[in-house]
Amino acid sequence: MQKITKEQLIERASALLRDGTVNHVLGWAQGEFDYDITPAVFSDESSLTGNFVWNDFCGANFSKYLVSKCRTLEGKILVFLKPCDTYSFNQLLTEHRFDREKVYAIGIPCEGMADIDKVKAICGDGISSIDCSGEKLSVTSIYEDSPISVNTADVLTERCVNCKSKKHVAYDELLGDEGDILDSARFDEVAKIEAMTPDERFAFWQNELSRCIRCNACRDVCPACTCEVCVFNNPKSGVENKAPANSFEEKMFHIIRAFHVAGRCTDCGECSRVCPQNIPLHLLNRKFIKEMNECYGEYQAGETVGSKSPLTDYTLEDLEPGEVFDRGDINA
Amino acid sequence: MRKCSLDSLNSVFAKIAEAMALYLPVDGSDGRAVFSKWEDGSVLSNALNTVRSPKDFFFPQSEDLMRFKTEGKNIEIIDIRPESEDFAVFGVRACDVKSFDILDRVFLTEPCDSYYASRREHGVIISLACTRPSETCFCQAFGIDPSTPAGDISCFKTDNEMYWQANTEKGEALLKAIESLTEECTDEAVNEQKEKIRAIMKKLPLASLTTNSFGGGKTTELFDRPEWAELSEACLGCGTCTFVCPTCQCYDIKDFNTGNGVIRYRCWDSCMYSEFTRMAHGNNRISQKERFRQRFMHKLVYYPENNDGLFSCVGCGRCLSRCPISMNIVKVMKKLGGESK
Repeated sequence: MQKITKEQLIERASALLRDGTVNHVLGWAQGEFDYDITPAVFSDESSLTGNFVWNDFCGANFSKYLVSKCRTLEGKILVFLKPCDTYSFNQLLTEHRFDREKVYAIGIPCEGMADIDKVKAICGDGISSIDCSGEKLSVTSIYEDSPISVNTADVLTERCVNCKSKKHVAYDELLGDEGDILDSARFDEVAKIEAMTPDERFAFWQNELSRCIRCNACRDVCPACTCEVCVFNNPKSGVENKAPANSFEEKMFHIIRAFHVAGRCTDCGECSRVCPQNIPLHLLNRKFIKEMNECYGEYQAGETVGSKSPLTDYTLEDLEPGEVFDRGDINA
Repeated sequence: MRKCSLDSLNSVFAKIAEAMALYLPVDGSDGRAVFSKWEDGSVLSNALNTVRSPKDFFFPQSEDLMRFKTEGKNIEIIDIRPESEDFAVFGVRACDVKSFDILDRVFLTEPCDSYYASRREHGVIISLACTRPSETCFCQAFGIDPSTPAGDISCFKTDNEMYWQANTEKGEALLKAIESLTEECTDEAVNEQKEKIRAIMKKLPLASLTTNSFGGGKTTELFDRPEWAELSEACLGCGTCTFVCPTCQCYDIKDFNTGNGVIRYRCWDSCMYSEFTRMAHGNNRISQKERFRQRFMHKLVYYPENNDGLFSCVGCGRCLSRCPISMNIVKVMKKLGGESK
């Protein structure tokens, strides 16, 4: 259950539309079921009342949409941001990817988002509705006479189980508390992979990445991937490829992408959320974050606007390449 | 019709696998069903369907077509395709079986695609009736009955038995091979199950979806509808819907320079991609709205226009489950008038 209600969000958005503060609202639109929610632009009160939704399935991070919407929409855009979304918002501002003046950001508290695949693992197929208003999810199925009660904690997405922060680091207005940075166990899984032998580690990633179908959903949803034309799509780049030529290239795409977003990835987890093949792509990014934290001191991309990632910021205290080499020895 | 007990299913699979490679849905390491080659100990998944469709067996994501070798002024063209061997795919659902009709019309009409044709010729499709359709299923909107799947052999799984019904010569031959492990039976239990499934189909949330507003001849009516802008607003332009789709069949052909020759390969392409069907004059679909519209117009208007009214969607629901932004053909159809009131 979310602390703030859909009605409160609609009321606030409507008021801001009415008084002319904003002209558009970037929000979540109701789907066919209660969990298939689509990001949408609302430009009048009636569409908000009819379609706007806020529940435990509003996982989409809107920050990246601001890059295109600030260019195509006239006037000011209200965007609702969950705490983790605000980090992407700041990082995009650091990279000058959208016009801050065109945006009115409202921070909303988030109690964690549910993973429909986890819900289905418990309730099976045939879900006709999910009521998110109570302490537990109440799932109605065409195969059951009465609703199934599901503990929210049992169906949280991985990124929410390991939530790094409930703190809003960017907003014009807050509905609820500013929130706090949390102690999370988000690097535990990375540590497990580090503890593997090189062969085990290779086998682990081989198994995961061999499922990749190169749909590019991870890249296209990623707020750190905002190149106008990605090298992998650009016939002039010389490395354009729509399908991996072999099992090495499969890994190459993801490894190159992970390197490309290193230092800029806020660990928002969108890549793993959207992967149709359930590949834990966030682990690649977290490895880089963990590595940077250990080598250069704690750094959280997007915590402030204008901060420099350790990879683009030289200091005299930086690790020498030899020391990094020695660390590699330990990991081998 | 023949049957075997579920306890003996593994030995039936073993028997089939003696004759040809057998693929069936098993639960992958991440818990999702995936078609895998049968080996002793493989367990048939209970999942309704696989994330990837069985089109992969006939139209793989990427394949090498030929090799070119140059020596002086001569170019040698080398056919590098491996010899096709017989194989069977077990557990194909009614929607996915129907997808082969759609793909066949593309690949088997002249000029016939010999790569696809060879695999179709060597593949035996063993379908499996659905017993627990999902809320995302809408095959019935396209006239498909999930209780009675087509294919070379149709299978029906009840609590304790698997029923086998051959529909083609290929199917007869395969049933003959497993004759000693199955027994002749009546179709009573299967008919009973079919009635149950048909009753469930009426209760599905998407039961009222219809294709009435679509089909050949609807291009001018639908092409400029203002709703396309809103429908495509959040589209990321990724290829998920097209790659999990059992009927999407667009591909690209490219040459790969190996250093001492050229390999010509083809791979799936997606109309959602910005460089799709890019031509010398540039791109004919410059915005995501146009790319998005192309996908749905193709399935709901252009394809039926050219194929006797057959729609190129089978209602499997994969795009409903997997689209990162949950936009899909059902939402498009409903918005453009595809629901019976």
